Amino acid sequence: MRAPSSDLPVVLENVSLLSGATPILDELNLTIAQGAPTLIVGPNGAGKTSLLRLCMGLVTPSSGRITWGGRPDPAPHRRAIVFQRPVMLRRSASANVAYALAQAGVPRKARATRIAGLLERVGLADLAQRPARHLSSGEQQRLALARALARDPELLLLDEPTASLDPAATRGVEEIIASAAQSGIKIVMASHDLGQVRRLAGEVIFLLRGRVHERESTRAFFDQPVTPEAASFLRGDLVI
Amino acid sequence: MPDHANAWDLIVSGDEALYAIVRLSLAVSLSAVALAAAIGMPLGAWLALTRFPGRQVAVVLLNAMMGLPPVVVGLAVYLLLSRAGPLGPMGLLFTPSAMAIAQTILIAPILAALTRQTIEDLWAEYRDELTAMHVGPLARMTTLLWDARFSLLTALLAGFGRAAAEVGAVMIVGGNIDGFTRTMTTAIALETSKGDLPLAMGLGLVLVAIVIAINAAVWGTRVWSERQVG
Repeated sequence: MRAPSSDLPVVLENVSLLSGATPILDELNLTIAQGAPTLIVGPNGAGKTSLLRLCMGLVTPSSGRITWGGRPDPAPHRRAIVFQRPVMLRRSASANVAYALAQAGVPRKARATRIAGLLERVGLADLAQRPARHLSSGEQQRLALARALARDPELLLLDEPTASLDPAATRGVEEIIASAAQSGIKIVMASHDLGQVRRLAGEVIFLLRGRVHERESTRAFFDQPVTPEAASFLRGDLVI
Repeated sequence: MPDHANAWDLIVSGDEALYAIVRLSLAVSLSAVALAAAIGMPLGAWLALTRFPGRQVAVVLLNAMMGLPPVVVGLAVYLLLSRAGPLGPMGLLFTPSAMAIAQTILIAPILAALTRQTIEDLWAEYRDELTAMHVGPLARMTTLLWDARFSLLTALLAGFGRAAAEVGAVMIVGGNIDGFTRTMTTAIALETSKGDLPLAMGLGLVLVAIVIAINAAVWGTRVWSERQVG
C-alpha cells in the first residue's frame, strides 16, 4: 500500500453541473480546506446532494474543474462519503467494515483490531455479527459512518445522514460526527435541520438554485445573514 | 431393467439399473450446471459492468441464446467430437463427458443472461457506495456476485431445470447406450417409442420428483440463509 496522498484542499473552479439543459449547480467557486465542520444548507433542490457528489468525485462537472490536493484525478484516497440512505452489503456489520478496510488497502492482519475499534467508535460493538440489513436505520447510518471512517479520511462528506432518523438516533450520529471533527477530520455535511447546523457547524454554506449565496461562520450566518434569501430561509419562509 | 416392469416396483425395490440412470442423469446435469456457472456467471457479471461498442447487440444475442434448441447444440458438439472433428482425437463422443459438455453449452447462456440482469440491477443500487470505496473492476464483479448470491440461486435452478429436462443434446452426443450414457430423459424417449408407456410414465414421475426435491432443497437453503445474513 503506497502512502495515500492528501485529498485536501478540494478546489472547485467555475464548476457547473447540468441535468439535460437544467443547471443543477451554476458556476461554483469553492475551496474546502482543513478546519471546523462546514454545513451546507438550502431548500430542497438547491443542489446540496449534487455538490457533495461532485466533491466526492462521483459525478463529473459539465464544465469547470475540480482538484483534490492539487490533483484532477477523482480517485478517492483519503475521503469518504455517507449517503442519506446508505447501502448495506449483504453481510454482517463487522464484514461490512472489513470490506471497507480491505478496499482502503488495510492489510488483512491489521483488520480485526481496526474492525473492533471502529464498531466501538460508532457504538455497534454488540451488533458486530448481526446482518447489516437487519439493523435499524439509525444503526445502519452508524455502520455507514464506521465504513467511512475505515478509510481513515481527511475529508468526510455527509448527505443529510440524520434525515430519516428519530431524535435519539440523530444524537448518536451527531456525536460520532462531532468526535470525528474533533479528531481532525474535515466534515462537509448537508443538512436541512437548522438546530443541527447550530450544534455542529463551524461555518455554513447557503446554497440556493445551484449557487453559493453565502459562506459565513455559523454565528454570523444565524445572527446577520447577508442576503435577503438567507434571512427568509432562516425565518422559515419558503425560499424557491 | 426388465421390460414391462412397473415403475413404482422398480423404485421401491431399489432397482440398480434405474438408480444408475438417475445417478448418471444427476451427475451429467449437475456437472453441467457447475461448469456453466463457472463460465456464465463471471461472463454475465462482466457484461453487466462493462460498456463497449456493440454491447446491446451482445446482450440481445446472449438473451436469444437462452433459447438454443438442444438438438442443435447436440449436433454442434457431435461434429466437434466426432472422429473426424477437431476434438475427435480426445475420444469423448458417446461418453458422459460429452453429454456434460453439450449441456454446459446449452445452459451457460441461461446463467450468463440471468446473471447479467441480476448484477446490472444490483449495480444500480451499489454503484455510489462501491465507487466511493474505490472498488476496482474485478472486486466489483466479485462483490456483486457474492451479494447477489441468493438471487443467483434462482439462475442456477433455471439452468439445472433446463439441463435435467432436455433430451435432444444428450441423445445425440451420448447415444443412449444402456448402462453407460442412458439418462432419465433418453430412457423415457426410448421406452415411449418401444410402447412401454407405464415405465416411461414412471420414469417421468421420478424425474419430476427429483427436480421438485432439488428446487425445494435450494429454496429452503435460500430462505434459511437469507434469514441468517439478511
